[in-house]
Amino acid sequence: METLLFAQVSAGLIRLVIIGLYLLSLLLLGYFASRMFSGTKKDYLLASHSIGPFLLLMSIFGTTMTAFALVGSSGEAFKAGIGVYGMLASSSGIIHSLCFFVIGVKIYGYGRKYGYATQCQFFRDRLESDLVGLLLFPILVALVIPYLLIGVMSGGIVIEAMTGGALPSLFPAEGPTNGALPRWLGSAVVCAVVLTYVFFGGMRGTAWANAFQTIVFMVLGVVTFYVLANEIGKGDTFFESLKNASAKVDISHTTRVNMSPTKFFTYMLIPFSVGMFPHLFQHWLTAKSAKSFKLPVVMHPIFIMIVWVPCVLIGIWGTVAMADPSIIPPPVAKVLSGPGGANKILPILVKLKTDAWLGGLLTAGILAAIMSSLDSQFLCIGSMFTNDVVTHYLGKDKFSDKAQVWIARVFIILIVVVTYILAQYQWSVFVLGVWCFSGFAALFPIVFAALYWKRLTSLGAIAGILAAAGSWFYLFRAANYGFDREYALTIPFTESEVMPVVAIFTAAAVAMVVVSLITKPPTEKTLERFFPGDA
Amino acid sequence: MNKFIWLLVVVLLIAHQDFWYWNDDTLVFGFIPIGLFYHACISLAAGLFWFGVCTFAWPKDLEEDFDTDSASQEAH
Repeated sequence: METLLFAQVSAGLIRLVIIGLYLLSLLLLGYFASRMFSGTKKDYLLASHSIGPFLLLMSIFGTTMTAFALVGSSGEAFKAGIGVYGMLASSSGIIHSLCFFVIGVKIYGYGRKYGYATQCQFFRDRLESDLVGLLLFPILVALVIPYLLIGVMSGGIVIEAMTGGALPSLFPAEGPTNGALPRWLGSAVVCAVVLTYVFFGGMRGTAWANAFQTIVFMVLGVVTFYVLANEIGKGDTFFESLKNASAKVDISHTTRVNMSPTKFFTYMLIPFSVGMFPHLFQHWLTAKSAKSFKLPVVMHPIFIMIVWVPCVLIGIWGTVAMADPSIIPPPVAKVLSGPGGANKILPILVKLKTDAWLGGLLTAGILAAIMSSLDSQFLCIGSMFTNDVVTHYLGKDKFSDKAQVWIARVFIILIVVVTYILAQYQWSVFVLGVWCFSGFAALFPIVFAALYWKRLTSLGAIAGILAAAGSWFYLFRAANYGFDREYALTIPFTESEVMPVVAIFTAAAVAMVVVSLITKPPTEKTLERFFPGDA
Repeated sequence: MNKFIWLLVVVLLIAHQDFWYWNDDTLVFGFIPIGLFYHACISLAAGLFWFGVCTFAWPKDLEEDFDTDSASQEAH
């Protein structure tokens, strides 16, 4: 008994030390990036447009892949089978790259030409309306907060789950979390580390940290797959283990028999959200040249495949592991079948089936995926506040560059504190993600029209934004504020289900087009600026 | 973006709706469910498609280059 207790304490402690070392390495990276900081706002927020193809690929990919990519994908596959890959991964592979190509490169061009740092600046200029910016700012911030919540919460949950037994005298608790860093402390540590390297390194530090973390979670993801395949399949060779593990999976998880084809089809609208992510907008503007976009456009779908396929396989193998008490003991299986238990399948398998050193490294990999999204979101929130509120309304001559950087930092802290407080409540990561992405996706028609449709007017855009916000809130309320996980709309006179994003997206697009057509078109001067040659 | 590229994007999105493998539980190479294997191939096809677009159809007007620290016009 004593030996077992000692083993648990030392394993938890080893994992905690590895996590600590990993977090320390991120702080060092932020420090080195800060040594290249020129002191200007443009350098802090946009890395002086110096990011080349490789860093752009890694930072964009790291930013779009959240905790959901590792923990959520395996959890959803564990619960519903392989359909999750088509629903969210392969569709994202096509649509994300489409957005980078069709939206990102154009935005980059205008950003460089007219000096934009935020979406509101672009929309204000393109639509000749201050009101558009005023309306968009709170909506974008309100949509980024649930996105931040996903990361802050998941960080705390993962650290707590993996450090059980580390410090029992400091954090005594009942059951497997005895001695674990409590969730509130884990979330606070993650926030503090990300804030520190974002503050010191700005966008350059964020891009470096993203690249580093993307490499970490991709490499460690592959290692996890190899180890868990052997542990679950128990074959003499790796290939035999793969075959053994899959052979026992039920047909409900190797096919999509329980999935609605119309729901699957309409999930395809959700990846359009990347077209309106404020943090991605800012990353696009850091590019050195338009050519830097080629590598991210090509490699993004392939990187998604490298990360998601192993996670989905681990998820479906989890159903086999759960039925085998030698892999997952019955008390742990009970936790997995409880509410929210599916998301724990990957951390639980890692904890049970890898040694403490590898477990610590793999936890660092999961944290890498989480933090590589949080950093960009923190930075973009600060950037939006200084550019869209402070300097826009109070005048940019009133503040030095240094003062503006500090204003950005203070606003970031305020938002992080609000998010941290909200993260102490119980939220479903999956539901938060889907609703938040649906909101961003509904704004896609507006950015697309602003770039490609000369007839878009400011009133048309305002109508589109209001229709998106109004229909989103109406449906979110109908879904019991997200607590009804299975909420979907039914096509009239059929039994076919579609995702709420279809209604929100359509409402925004229709309102935008109709109001634009009946209101006064933009001035020739604006059209000449944004559609030179064919105004 | 020319119409041919848009057409190919639509083809990829249609190929993505693989109702023909919906209930098929064949394991490719003995371990990957065919529905997952097919969608992994869709991801590869998307990568190849975008490689083709970037190589042969990269819009010339996007080639405009900017100096790394050029003083661009400040936004309002």
